[in-house]
Amino acid sequence: MTGYRLPQGGRINRERSVNFFWDGTRHVGCQGDTVASALMAHGERIVGRGFKYHRPRGIMSAGVEEGGAIVSTGRGPERVTNVKAPMAEIREGLEVFGQNAFPSVRYDLGEVNNLLGRFFSAGFYYKTFFGMLGRGTWEWMQFEKVIRRAAGMGRASDKPDPDHYECVHDHCDVLVIGSGPAGLAAAEAAIAAGMDVILAEQDFKLGGALLTGMAGDTVEGQVADAWLDAKINDLDGKGRIWRRTTAFGLYDHGVVGLLERVTDHLADKNSLPRERLRIVRPGRIVMATGAVERPIAFGGNDRPGVMGAAAAAAYVHRFAVAPARDVIIATNNDSGYRSAEILGRAGLRTILLDARDTAPEAGKAAAEAVGVDVRPGFVPVEAQGSRGVHSLDYGLWDGHNAHSTRRRGIDVVAVSGGWTPVMHLISHKGIKPGWNQELTSFVVEDTGQEPVEIAGAAAGQFDTQAAIEAGAIAGDNAARNLTGKRRRKERGPVTGWDQPIEPVWEVKLQDRKLKSFVDPQHDVTTEDIRQAHREGYISVEHMKRYTTLGMATDQGKMGNIIGLALMAEAAGQSIPETGTTTFRPPYTPISIGAVAADQRGKHWRPTRHTPMRAEHERLGVEFVDAGFWKRSWYYPREGEDMAKAAMREATTVRSGVGVVDVSTLGKIMVQGPDAAEFLNRVYSNPFAKLPVGKARYGLMLRDDGIVFDDGTTWRLSETDFFMTTTTANAGPVMVHLNNLLQTRWTDLKVHFTSVSDHWGGVAVAGPDAREVLKSASPDIDFSNSAFPFMGVRQGHIQAGNQKIPVMAARLSFSGEQAWEIMAPADYCAAMFRTIERHVSEAGGAPYGLEAMDCLRVEKGHVTGRELDGRTTAHDAGLGWMFSEKKPYIGRVLAGREDLVRTDRPQLVGLIPVEDGKTFRAGSILFPEGEAQGHGLGHVSSVADSPTLKSWIGLGLIEGGLSHWGDKTVMARNPVDGVDVRVKVVSPHMYDPDGGRMHG
Amino acid sequence: MIRINCPFLGLRDQTEFTYEGDATVKYPALDASEDDWFEAVFLRDNPRGKHREYWRHVSGLYFEVERDTLTHEITDVQLAHPGMREAAK
Repeated sequence: MTGYRLPQGGRINRERSVNFFWDGTRHVGCQGDTVASALMAHGERIVGRGFKYHRPRGIMSAGVEEGGAIVSTGRGPERVTNVKAPMAEIREGLEVFGQNAFPSVRYDLGEVNNLLGRFFSAGFYYKTFFGMLGRGTWEWMQFEKVIRRAAGMGRASDKPDPDHYECVHDHCDVLVIGSGPAGLAAAEAAIAAGMDVILAEQDFKLGGALLTGMAGDTVEGQVADAWLDAKINDLDGKGRIWRRTTAFGLYDHGVVGLLERVTDHLADKNSLPRERLRIVRPGRIVMATGAVERPIAFGGNDRPGVMGAAAAAAYVHRFAVAPARDVIIATNNDSGYRSAEILGRAGLRTILLDARDTAPEAGKAAAEAVGVDVRPGFVPVEAQGSRGVHSLDYGLWDGHNAHSTRRRGIDVVAVSGGWTPVMHLISHKGIKPGWNQELTSFVVEDTGQEPVEIAGAAAGQFDTQAAIEAGAIAGDNAARNLTGKRRRKERGPVTGWDQPIEPVWEVKLQDRKLKSFVDPQHDVTTEDIRQAHREGYISVEHMKRYTTLGMATDQGKMGNIIGLALMAEAAGQSIPETGTTTFRPPYTPISIGAVAADQRGKHWRPTRHTPMRAEHERLGVEFVDAGFWKRSWYYPREGEDMAKAAMREATTVRSGVGVVDVSTLGKIMVQGPDAAEFLNRVYSNPFAKLPVGKARYGLMLRDDGIVFDDGTTWRLSETDFFMTTTTANAGPVMVHLNNLLQTRWTDLKVHFTSVSDHWGGVAVAGPDAREVLKSASPDIDFSNSAFPFMGVRQGHIQAGNQKIPVMAARLSFSGEQAWEIMAPADYCAAMFRTIERHVSEAGGAPYGLEAMDCLRVEKGHVTGRELDGRTTAHDAGLGWMFSEKKPYIGRVLAGREDLVRTDRPQLVGLIPVEDGKTFRAGSILFPEGEAQGHGLGHVSSVADSPTLKSWIGLGLIEGGLSHWGDKTVMARNPVDGVDVRVKVVSPHMYDPDGGRMHG
Repeated sequence: MIRINCPFLGLRDQTEFTYEGDATVKYPALDASEDDWFEAVFLRDNPRGKHREYWRHVSGLYFEVERDTLTHEITDVQLAHPGMREAAK
């Protein structure tokens, strides 16, 4: 017989029934049930499938260590995979699905893998992968798809997550993690000492071992339930109590990451976030995280019906669900007697096997009083039943093997192999535990410099009274630490057990190998561990990776210690000699959504618009993404696509006048008595003697001599400079300047202010630019003599009856006569509107990034496409900007032998040999007929030039113009393999002597 | 998540700062030899234990922080610029 609801008891609300669906079938549970307890109450046995062999799996635990009952919940985009059924509360209408099975977990065609067990043994992935590599990765990639499909866990939705998440930050004096006897006592003590306390519990109910019944029937002379209720009542209002909140990671400087599950248990989410990431900075932490019961490896120990002994007791005591009528408990320690007592009292026919020859007297008496059949000296050998346990072979234990086996019909085998303190959080900080032989367990003895107290079962204090006392001391010590008082002495581990534990990791037979599982979720068997050792994986860390032990979603909470013990045995050494594996965050899986919280979409990637946005939109602009910026791309007219519009706009600039928004440029005010000296050191070309009222194009190098950024800097007065940077480097240049000032040239008196957002600007370019600006400005003389090339003037633009204050500089990126006009951001829209009107009246047009790029490619002006972090100034044809007369950043290392080689890739212009041909940026340049290897260089930018009536490009080619000038090379598109013959020409393809912009 | 004690703002999260490199490196004069520059730009010790390094706060201020590379313990936080350090006292 399978599980059923007991007529009485449990911390569930029988008055409130909850409907949910298991693989489409409606089930009814009670408020207070988990998916696991409700499914068990309905007699469901197979609720999951193993990862590799697809063997049926049942409910194995009552907690986060679950390795069998792994399910999916929700439908469509709300699907959540790899949910641990014992941790998931049922809610009205919840849909639960079996996973990793087809058509269902009960009848899974993938079970055929079980017959191929030898094929899928340890290291399967390693061997397959490395074996295949020799013959080509393509084969592996095809094969891998099939394996991955067969060995999937849950299948997540590929739709955006409709839920939202949030992240909150919090502070407290003492954070208590875990609400069992130790945690409750710690919180109480810390509150009594005047501390601001947060108590975090991963379960939806407080109580820990008090809920499962393992803490005993009475606590401090009271009925356990009454004690718990009184404690919760006492804490209410005095400290913050966070239920459904898992402390998943302990980070540097005592920062704790917690995840609160806010709506998964609610039928109506009520617009709340699904999960809440809580980042808490407590003064001190009390880890009262309890312990996890260990399994024992024996034959068929993964079959539905094999579970933890305390888990079986928890289902009976907390949920009033019997896992079956007939149960065998197999233990090697005293705690199994308490589990048996709980089962026996609930009317289950219970046999207790104890690996030890002598039963503890008190435990034996208590168990036998409720009808438990106690049989010392026996261990479980092999569970039978392909779809769930129907009988168990068990035998006499000799310390290594079992003898004289006999069979017993049974539905559930509940196992206790001892207890493992939950030390994950402190392990996250690299604190190593020590081996405690009495507990046969690792226990943290010293938390080092970490602001952490450990109390209760997490510290090996398994006795309830000892845990309460330890918790109170821990809570008090946390307070004493924060208030500078002397600490009280802590207690060491206390089992409260009459008889010592008998180490039983694996039960073997002398004449036959058993299929015994160490990690049920990843299907790692005891043989896999031994095989790994035989194949040379003698370090635990290697064994873990080779077998994938402990790498499933439970992260080896149950099985790791057995794997370690088997490794130790295989290596002929002790467990502490063999080592421990280091736990890393998170303790239990957390959703990526919670980590991202509200940093999604536009909150993660902000949209930046220039202050002229509305004007561009009025003109029907198409924007293009450039970093976070939306930049004007082109302004299509009736019937124009991007190419046609850009062509028209570029033509307009060359023949008339155009206006373009240049507000995205970085802008930095450089001010102070040493501003000129500072700039002279930062730029490779001279700036010390730049006259007031003049601008200069400057080139910045990195320390290693590679080009960093370029831009113009305008001298507004003796001590005030207005620097512009490229759009992409606005931030990095600001950092660079501050770095130099604050860490290297601390004697210079200069200050930097980023004014990128405070100023916007336009460039007005073309033969008619002067006439347009004359009509737009009432007070700036734009004549060639009054406003020479590189001049800077301040004045106004007349917008209706308003005067807009502007700074203007005669600069040209397009190669035409041009001015940049900068205005405070609030005036920018009006300025653009005014200038655009004058431009249009003169027959000109606004132009966008596409046309601007075309114009600068025609001129051979470089951008980030060319200055890609590998290019030197010489490579880019900017070697003339190196001053010989002064030192500057990057000068020395720019002279390194390899950076001045003449055969480096250098900037050239590229024109197709055959009319009408085009080529793509990113194409590789090869000598004709020699397309192999990495080629000679690449195409960095291309444009369809209306002025030159040809497709053109810029590129970097080894040896540059001096080697390849007027020669033909091949541009090969590496994606489609198409070759185009191109002629190498000067990058200054249009107006090479600059007559147009100086005129 | 390390926390840095800003002399102005108090204990602040690492997320407000950016690591800006080894503070023990002394950059040579701009016209020093190629060997000196090579050493300053490319060669770094990888110390185990206390280490002085620069961290930049989002506000733009540089701090010189003494951090244990093994434990992340922070034992000293100063403004990097000596003039600002003096002014902050």
